Amino acid sequence: MINNLNILLPEIFLSISIFITLMAGVFIKKSFNIIFNLTIIILIITFVVIFNTDNSVEKIFSNSFIKDPFSNFFKLLILVSSLFVLNSSKVFIINNKLDKFEYPIIILISILGMFFMLSSNDLILFYLGLELQSLALYILASIDRDNLRSTESGIKYFVLSALSSGLLLYGCSLLYGFAGSTNFEVIENQLTKENTGAIFAMVFILVGLAFKISAVPFHMWTPDVYEGSPTPITSFFAVVPKVAGFAVLIRFMLNPFSNVLLEWQSIIIFISIASMILGAVAAISQKNIKRLLAYSSIGHIGYALAGIATGDLSGYKSAIVYITIYVVMNIGAFSCLYFMKKDGSYKESISDLSGISYKHPLLSASFLIILFSLAGIPPLGGFFAKFYVFSSVIENEMYTLAIIGLLTTVISAFYYLKIIKTIYFEEKKLSFDKTKDLRVSGTIFISCVFIISFFLYPAFLNDVVNSIFIN
Amino acid sequence: MNEIGLGHYLSLGAIIFFLGIIGIFLNRKNVIVILMSVELILLAVNINLISFSIFSGDILGQIFTMLILTVAAAEAAIGLAIIVIYYRNKGSIRVEDIHGMKG
Repeated sequence: MINNLNILLPEIFLSISIFITLMAGVFIKKSFNIIFNLTIIILIITFVVIFNTDNSVEKIFSNSFIKDPFSNFFKLLILVSSLFVLNSSKVFIINNKLDKFEYPIIILISILGMFFMLSSNDLILFYLGLELQSLALYILASIDRDNLRSTESGIKYFVLSALSSGLLLYGCSLLYGFAGSTNFEVIENQLTKENTGAIFAMVFILVGLAFKISAVPFHMWTPDVYEGSPTPITSFFAVVPKVAGFAVLIRFMLNPFSNVLLEWQSIIIFISIASMILGAVAAISQKNIKRLLAYSSIGHIGYALAGIATGDLSGYKSAIVYITIYVVMNIGAFSCLYFMKKDGSYKESISDLSGISYKHPLLSASFLIILFSLAGIPPLGGFFAKFYVFSSVIENEMYTLAIIGLLTTVISAFYYLKIIKTIYFEEKKLSFDKTKDLRVSGTIFISCVFIISFFLYPAFLNDVVNSIFIN
Repeated sequence: MNEIGLGHYLSLGAIIFFLGIIGIFLNRKNVIVILMSVELILLAVNINLISFSIFSGDILGQIFTMLILTVAAAEAAIGLAIIVIYYRNKGSIRVEDIHGMKG
C-alpha cells in the first residue's frame, strides 16, 4: 500500500540524505566540516522522526518490513549512541588527519543497514540489512589506510566477518528449504522440534549473530580490531553494531524461533558462560587499554546473554536494560581515551596512566566512576544492570549460570581496580597535554551523570523497556 | 535408475560449502585464496536456495539468489580494496605475515 509508505519514513530520509551528503562531499572542496555537521543534523532529525511515530505494530511489503515499539526503541538507542560517538570524535579525527568526508557518511550507511536489520520480518531483508551494515564496517575498520595496524584490523575483520555471514546465509538457505518460506511468521509456525533440518539451520544462524556481537567462541576478531582501528572507530564498534546484533538476537527468539526455545537456550547458555569466563580471565594480562576494553566488552556481552538465556520476557527486559547501560558506560570509557595525548600523539598503554591523578583530577575521577561502574560496584549504573540480569536468572532457577556470572564479576573487578590503582597510587610518569575539548568532556560528563544518578530513579529505564513489549 | 533429486543438489551444495570453509582454515599462503573461498561459500548457498526453490515451486529462493550475487560482488570489491591498501603498507599479502597484533 502506497499510503503506508510513511512507515518507512526514517529509512527513506536516511537514504536520501546519504545520497545528498555524498554528492555534496564530492563537489565541495574541504568538505569535512560541512559534511560532519550535516551528518549530526541528519541523525537528530531521524531521531525526532522516529520519536514521533506511534506505538502501533504495522507490516508492509508483504509482511517483510515491520515497525513496532521494539524496533523503534533500538533505532533510537542506535541514533543516540552514534550521535555521541561521532560528536566526541571530531578533534581526534582532525588531529590524526583522518578528516575525509567519507567517514561520517559511511557511519550513516551502516546505521541504515542496522535499521533494516532491526525492522526485518523476513530472511531476505534481514540478510541484506546485515550485509549493508558489515560492508560499511569493513571500510570503517581500515579507514586509516596508511597505517599498517588499521589495515591489518580491516583485513582480519573482513575475512572473519565474511566467513560468519557465509555461515549465517547457509543457515538461512536451510531454513528457507525446511520451513518453506522466508517470512518469520511462517517460519514460526513451521518450526517444531521434529523439524531437525530447521534446528540445524538455527545453529548456523546463531553462529552468524554471535560473531556480530563478539561472543565466545566467535570473538577472535575483537581484540585485534579494537586495538588496530582508530579510537573513534573502536568506540563505534564497541557500541552500535553490538546493540543492533543484540536486538536481532532477541527478535529471533521472540518471533521465528519461539517454538524451539529449549534447543536454542542450551547454546546461548554455553556461549554466555564462555564469554563471561574469557572476558574475565584474558583481560588480566593486557597492557593496551583498548585491548583490555575489548575483552571487557566480551565479558559484558556474556552477562547480557545470560539475561537472554532465561528465555522469558523478564529476562529479555533485563538484557535490554543491561545493554543500554553498557552503551552509556562504553561511550564514556572510550571518550576518556581522547584525553590521553602527549606531544600530539595519542597514548594507548595502561602504564601511561600511572599517577595522572595529580595533574588531571577530573580525568582520573571520570575514569574512576566509569571503571567502578564497569566492574559493577554499587550504587553505580553497572551494578543495577548486573543486578537485574542475575535476579531474573535466579528467578528462572538457573543457578549454575548465576554462580559463574558472579564469580567472573569478582575476577573482572581485579583488572578494573588495577587501572584505578595505576592512576591513583603509582608514581607519576608523564602528564598529558592540556586539551580543551567541550565535545569530549560533555560526553564524559553526561555518561558519568547517567551512571551516578541511575540509582535515584531506576524505574525510568525499566518503564521504557516495559513499554516496548506491550504486545 | 537413480533419479537426480533434491538430496543430490543439497549434497553438492554442502560439499562446496565445506570446501570453502576448509579453504579458509587450511590456507597459509595467500589472502586472495581466502577471498575465493568466501565466494565459494556464497555460491554453495545459491545452489541450495535454487534447488529448494525449484523443488518447492516457490519463487522467493531465486529472488534471494539474485540478491546474494549482488552482495557477493560488493563484498569481493571491498575485500580486494582492503587487500590492496594492506599490500601498500606491508609489501606482502601472505597469511603468515599478518600477525602485527597479538595477545
